[in-house]
Amino acid sequence: MNSVVCIAQVPDTETRIKIGGDGRHIDENGIKYIVSPFDEYALEEAIRLKEKEGGDVTVLGFGPDRVQQALRESLARGATKALHIKGESGDADSLGIAKVLAAAIKSVPHDLVFFGKQGVGTDNSLVGPMVAELLGYPQINVVTHLEVAGGKVTGHREIEGAEEIIEASSPAVITAQKGMNEPRYASLKGIMAAKKIAIDSKSITDLGLHDSDILNQRVTVVSLELPPEKSGGRKIDGTDPAAAAKEIVRYLKEEVKAL
Amino acid sequence: MSVLVFCEVLDGKLKKASREALSIGRALAAAAGGDLVAFATDAAGADDAGRYGAKRLYVAKSGGYNTETYTAAMQAAISQSAATIVLLGGTSNGRDLAPRLAARLNAGVASDVDRLEWTGSALRARRPVYSGKVFAAVDITGSPAIATTRINAFPAEESGGGAAEIVEISTSSDSKTKVVETKVSAADEMSIAEADIIVTGGRGLKEGANFSLIRDLAHAIGGAVGASRATVDAGWIDHQHQVGQTGRVVGPNLYIAAGVSGAIQHLAGMSSSKHIVAINKDPEAPIFRIADLGVVGDLFTILPALTEEVKKAKAN
Ligand SMILES: Cc1cc2nc3c(=O)[nH]c(=O)nc-3n(C[C@H](O)[C@H](O)[C@H](O)COP(=O)(O)OP(=O)(O)OC[C@H]3O[C@@H](n4cnc5c(N)ncnc54)[C@H](O)[C@@H]3O)c2cc1C
Ligand SMILES: Nc1ncnc2c1ncn2[C@@H]1O[C@H](COP(=O)(O)O)[C@@H](O)[C@H]1O
Repeated sequence: MNSVVCIAQVPDTETRIKIGGDGRHIDENGIKYIVSPFDEYALEEAIRLKEKEGGDVTVLGFGPDRVQQALRESLARGATKALHIKGESGDADSLGIAKVLAAAIKSVPHDLVFFGKQGVGTDNSLVGPMVAELLGYPQINVVTHLEVAGGKVTGHREIEGAEEIIEASSPAVITAQKGMNEPRYASLKGIMAAKKIAIDSKSITDLGLHDSDILNQRVTVVSLELPPEKSGGRKIDGTDPAAAAKEIVRYLKEEVKAL
Repeated sequence: MSVLVFCEVLDGKLKKASREALSIGRALAAAAGGDLVAFATDAAGADDAGRYGAKRLYVAKSGGYNTETYTAAMQAAISQSAATIVLLGGTSNGRDLAPRLAARLNAGVASDVDRLEWTGSALRARRPVYSGKVFAAVDITGSPAIATTRINAFPAEESGGGAAEIVEISTSSDSKTKVVETKVSAADEMSIAEADIIVTGGRGLKEGANFSLIRDLAHAIGGAVGASRATVDAGWIDHQHQVGQTGRVVGPNLYIAAGVSGAIQHLAGMSSSKHIVAINKDPEAPIFRIADLGVVGDLFTILPALTEEVKKAKAN
């Protein structure tokens, strides 16, 4: 049972985002980067499968050198191999990223390919299904529970007001949703062991692709803009619950027109 | 050229997300000088599709949602309608399908957009990124240009048109996936994704059983139940209810938060709500910085009083 887990490195969710000088990228100064939270569920699931059935867990990241840090952390949690594709992922659109990842995945033995259901920050939720299409694999998206048996994989997919249980043949693409598992922290032993694993690093050309296939393609950022600062509205005293309730209902009726 | 909207039919009616996508699609078709057309897997959608301005409804009898069969069907509809813009309402299915379709057609796609305009050469979209901490304006070039629309961002407006003309398309049923079961949540559990009103509870509720205070108000006012991550992690409520950066990003007309402090990851998921009411006993709670109406007090006394008052107002 071999898995590939695609790891996106994203700004810490605590980050107060500032816009960079070109107005099209965020200001990366002082940003602390983390493994995108949904990718942690993906990684944990792959590690659990490996612990049960053996095989390798390869973590794969496309981006600048700092991405190696995210891969290193993933090794410390229990991934067995790491592949870094160097390149300016920030200038690629999602399909460009998917093309790079698909080409890289082909070079690694695998039964399942894991993604986060969404890269926290880009908030696209695009790359996983795109890779599935490029590789001709089935996809089970936004999965909260996974079972693997006899060449088949069964995932519980979260949809509005319901859950679908979907069966797919392997190899397949799985995108992880919160609830799938409780990701572990890296142990000291894991951190030490990870230091001994070399991160394999390749360029886009090593994969047989060209920068022009990937960068500045179909979707380009024109500008970034901060939302208008909300000023905060009125505050009222709730010591008298009945009076407060009356005032809220007046607001809902007259201003929100919700009642 | 045309603008094609992926529509989902539920009990013979189009889902709200589909009606919203049709409404903005109509404006884009007018700007770009083409027809608005729609796709569904159920011919019952023709009345609604026409009412929202679609001239034709391409119908594929593909059955229930399946990524691969729907991708093939949409591909056929795009080719038959010569669509240059394709919109999908941002439901789970729309968001599952859009990237698959984009990769198949080597097309550009922007997800979860809350504004759309035709620039004359590109589809320009605005997307909230970093959970709404920043807005990105993006140009989608090439044909077709694909976007999924954020629910509640585009008002659904009828055009007064008659039923759309039905055009049947035949498609393949090949798929490597199969839905073996669909488990529907409790009938009274409205999803926060499409709700106009959300009532959210936080750790201030003290224990899971007290979510009944939130449910009672949600029920009285006709809204969905939301939750902060702290309450989800504590096991008080299912994560489908979680609002925030690692939950759902929502933008209802009214968001009521009780016992929620307003951590940056929570605010990110709900600050685009049109009206925000916060109930918190701590006057310094960050949630008050974005609340239109802040109530400083004890949720255990205010919520029951509010539920009663709402019931009274509804009865009148
Ligand atoms: C990577 C990451 C992702 C995250 N994603 C999310 C996310 O998607 N969504 C999310 O919500 N959080 C998220 N968080 C967690 C977030 O940082 C906060 O921990 C969480 O939102 C706090 O939940 P809370 O407001 O319910 O609890 P608390 O912060 O504990 O606040 C409880 C509030 O209740 C008030 N209160 C207490 N008693 C009463 C009373 N009797 N009456 C009235 N008010 C009362 C208190 O004054 C306090 O303000 C994330 C964190 C990380 C690190
Ligand atoms: N540059 C990248 N390198 C590796 N994996 C990525 C990259 N970008 C996105 N992914 C994967 O794709 C998922 C969805 O990202 P997105 O489509 O940007 O929301 C992430 O959770 C990752 O698993």
